[in-house]
Amino acid sequence: MHATPGHFMLEPAYDPNSGTGTGRDAIGLGRASGPGLDVRHGTLLTLEDINVSFDGFKALRDLTLYIGVGELRCIIGPNGAGKTTLMDVITGKTRPDSGQAFFGESLDLTEMSEVQIAQAGIGRKFQKPTVFEALSVFENLELAQNADKSVWASLRARLSGEQRERIEDVLTTIKLDASRQRPAGLLSHGQKQFLEIGMLLVQDPQLLLLDEPVAGMTDAETEFTAELFKGLAGKHSLMVVEHDMGFVGSIADHVTVLHQGHVLAEGSLEQVQADERVIEVYLGR
Amino acid sequence: MNQPLALTAAQKAGPRLTLAALGAVLAILVALPLLSLLPADNPLQVSAYTLTLVGKILCYAIVALALDLVWGYAGLLSLGHGLFFALGGYAMGMYLMRQTAGDGLPAFMGFLAWTELPWYWYGTSSFLWSMCLVVLAPGLLALVFGFFAFRSRIKGVYFSIMTQALTFAGMLLFFRNETGFGGNNGFTGFSTLLGFGITAPGTRAVLFLATVALLVISLALGWGLARSKFGRVLTALRDAENRLMFCGYDPRGYKLFVWVLSAVLCGLAGALYVPQVGIINPSEMAPTQSIEAAVWVALGGRGTLIGPLLGAGIVNGMKSWFTVAFPEYWLFFLGALFIIVTLFLPKGVIGLLRRKGEQ
Repeated sequence: MHATPGHFMLEPAYDPNSGTGTGRDAIGLGRASGPGLDVRHGTLLTLEDINVSFDGFKALRDLTLYIGVGELRCIIGPNGAGKTTLMDVITGKTRPDSGQAFFGESLDLTEMSEVQIAQAGIGRKFQKPTVFEALSVFENLELAQNADKSVWASLRARLSGEQRERIEDVLTTIKLDASRQRPAGLLSHGQKQFLEIGMLLVQDPQLLLLDEPVAGMTDAETEFTAELFKGLAGKHSLMVVEHDMGFVGSIADHVTVLHQGHVLAEGSLEQVQADERVIEVYLGR
Repeated sequence: MNQPLALTAAQKAGPRLTLAALGAVLAILVALPLLSLLPADNPLQVSAYTLTLVGKILCYAIVALALDLVWGYAGLLSLGHGLFFALGGYAMGMYLMRQTAGDGLPAFMGFLAWTELPWYWYGTSSFLWSMCLVVLAPGLLALVFGFFAFRSRIKGVYFSIMTQALTFAGMLLFFRNETGFGGNNGFTGFSTLLGFGITAPGTRAVLFLATVALLVISLALGWGLARSKFGRVLTALRDAENRLMFCGYDPRGYKLFVWVLSAVLCGLAGALYVPQVGIINPSEMAPTQSIEAAVWVALGGRGTLIGPLLGAGIVNGMKSWFTVAFPEYWLFFLGALFIIVTLFLPKGVIGLLRRKGEQ
């Protein structure tokens, strides 16, 4: 959906072809998803030589990571390895000191604002489940849904039958059908986790970043989440940060181990677990 | 089975009751100015004092509603809405002063030995242009302030402090005679509005009706916004701004829109307040005035539309009684009221009524 001129917005939609500074500080305010993403070489996310430091502390050191289209990648690593910082860099919350971050072939993430990055098709789930507590489950999904998100569009927005159907589908998928009218603040921890996953589903991003998605879930819920993610991979790319090795083993075909802001090892879970350096980091010698 | 049925019945009765109460209040508000036109010896006649008092409270109610739009829905606590109210009032006051002065300069400029109108007074003899100023002055100030504040992601208590500082700065500026708005005396001694005597019963009645109309329009506007997706985005913004950004919404445009709308509503309320009360001076910009407005909203129940109106009515009704009966204790009482509401009525009077209704 494209905004027509005259809509209330202050920020031009991110146009990689314009070449002029529609950077982070250009004020003004947006619209729905940008131009079709160019993923000619099958790589959805490219991070090269990323460095981030906070007051001299190096959170990420020369980090290089590629995520392919439709891939399900798990990121593991001990505390302080830089997993959350990595997500912050991808979503524009933290700017790298140096290095390149590209979404598709042409979108430079270091030049885009958080909102533009979200509109370009990167969704994020936080470590602590964050939903809009005062709104009902249905309304949470309605807001997250992929649509024109400018002020003007919101003032006159009506749900189309198709959009309503999509929300209904997701409600069924995340098993919150019966609670659709409940305020999200009254849901249990596990239900909030699912609602947030559902919000990512209706947002329909090409890349989903999930920070500890099964924290606080029961075994049955964890198993269900694993099935859900496996179903998503292929159509979407997923990057999952998780401590639960059982969960990682059940979903991942490819695992990256971070240690002190650097990629320590990459490969299948078995390969990684057999790696001397990984054992050293995890068990300590 | 019984309980859900009973619940739905209560939910259906709730809005109907609210609507009936609203209708009754509206009928009284329309009847008041008409009754004021009756001859003085008629037992049903409403005095000019009562009409002015109620008109004044209605103007405050509009301010409360406007403040609630930004505080209750978007979570931006403004402690400077008195400034927007006063700016609208001053814009109207400029026109009234020009009406009084005729072809000459407003009297206070004579005292300053000014021989020429300052540039910003040009055109104020036209009612239409003055009405534009009523909207533009608070609207543009809110736009510029909001643009920078929201761009810098200022929120929470920092935002409140900045708005408080803004209204304080405005007050200091308007206190100066050189600013050209009558210094600490402000504007008063108005004679006519559009050629009609400003204290004439007919003029008072029409001004009162205009205030009622503005209140109804503001209420309808607020209702429409609260029910739209825009309103839900505002609520989401209040509760989890970061989440909203990662959903692809830019909070700045949303905040700016509701912020400017709120300021303009305040300005319009101020413009109706001045001819009814007969005076505007910089004390309307005093920080305490804006804080009091926040008390109205908190008392009535923020995040609801009727709550702030109730709050403004209750506090100001009490104020006009208290300041006559026990003038020295009013501020203590106001403080106590605020503490009681914070401790025992987190959802305000409206929350209390709803709880009663559910029982």
